[in-house]
Amino acid sequence: MIQIRGMVKSFGPRAALDGVDLSVGAGEFVTLVGPNGAGKTTLLRVLATLARPTSGTIHIAGLDSVRAGSEVRRRIGFLSHRTLLYEDLTAEQNLRFFARIYDVAGDVERIHGLLERVGLAARRNDMVRTFSRGMQQRLSVARAVLHRPSVLLMDEPYTGLDPQAAQSLTDLLTELAGDGCAILLTTHDLVRGLQVGRRVVLLAQGRVVHDALRTDVDPAAFPDLYLRLTA
Amino acid sequence: MGFVRKVWAIVAKDVAAELHTREMVSAMLVFSVLALMIFSFALDLRGTVARAAAPGVLWATVAFAGTLGLSRSMAREQQTGCIDGLLLAPMDRSAIFFGKALGNLIFMGVVEIVLLPLFSALFDVPLLRPGVVLVTALGTVGYAAVGTLLAAIAINTRAREVMLPILLLPLAIPALVAAVQATGGLVEGATMSEVSGWTRLLVAYDLIIVAVSMLTFGYVLEE
Repeated sequence: MIQIRGMVKSFGPRAALDGVDLSVGAGEFVTLVGPNGAGKTTLLRVLATLARPTSGTIHIAGLDSVRAGSEVRRRIGFLSHRTLLYEDLTAEQNLRFFARIYDVAGDVERIHGLLERVGLAARRNDMVRTFSRGMQQRLSVARAVLHRPSVLLMDEPYTGLDPQAAQSLTDLLTELAGDGCAILLTTHDLVRGLQVGRRVVLLAQGRVVHDALRTDVDPAAFPDLYLRLTA
Repeated sequence: MGFVRKVWAIVAKDVAAELHTREMVSAMLVFSVLALMIFSFALDLRGTVARAAAPGVLWATVAFAGTLGLSRSMAREQQTGCIDGLLLAPMDRSAIFFGKALGNLIFMGVVEIVLLPLFSALFDVPLLRPGVVLVTALGTVGYAAVGTLLAAIAINTRAREVMLPILLLPLAIPALVAAVQATGGLVEGATMSEVSGWTRLLVAYDLIIVAVSMLTFGYVLEE
């Protein structure tokens, strides 16, 4: 579903991503871990077509992400570390707006179902600016999956979530992966990274330095491996 | 049809947000009234002086109040990364330009609906004429369009609040000069055909700015 070959993204003379090769198949749930500045957010932004790669190729569902930007974006759900929500609109107005620009069929039922799913049905007519960070994050998750994307890119999605909401998010992501959605999720939290994904990819200094199935990773030895590879 | 529906969704979203907060239009209105009062005291706008100064005062007020609104409109998109939400949507990025520009046009239009009668009443200048209203509309279209494009450029700069007027006012000069000249002629009793050179310039400016903005808006917003 996601195929990245030799992807470089430079900002001036500095390469934030330096020859990334990575594939994520349909239904695969991959956790991307790495230290600050490793290039995790940049990688997700390039995949989401918010930034152009300097060189290399990216294919999403077989489509070239640079040439077929609009068709690629239709297939992508993106959760940023910012909420991408309008604070001066209600929760329902936010979702209704995104449903319109994504051409979501049966939007009213879909919106109500998602608000129920993320536990915000009772607050659907409240302004987003009155929500706590955790509630905004839950609404952001609803926004990201509203149009039933086949690729889900999530940048630190557990930020601000209480344990109950975090578990609910993990359940939702596992369900989406079960339905064939390819999920690429970034986190600083190694423990969570090893818990939620089926595959763990370690990014350091703009390169993939480790890529293994969760079942092949020793959770006790992983922190040492992480420190060694990111040093 | 999909394109128009998405443009309209962006306009409706901006109007709904403004109806909730009322911060943009009210700030523009308060600014406009204060600017009128300051110009009135500074230039002693009475009689023939009022007629001579009216077009310049009117368009200076519209331009500065418009800049205030344009800046706020794009800041709203920037605040929580909403501009990324728009860029992620499967639509031609010119739809974002048209949606934002139409929203800005509506907000500037609301301010002008209050400003023109107020100006006429306070300074006894005949601004409520079809010709003046047409010139005001043409000038506002160009100003809102170029302002939307430049506000999108300014949000990616460090000093974004300062940057917008610095970028906007020089590029808006052709529209402002044409609008002031056409308004001045009409206030002095000229017919539409007598000011048609200026109105044609306004139409050409609007078309060029809309075309350039449509073609470049996506690149302006990209990283």
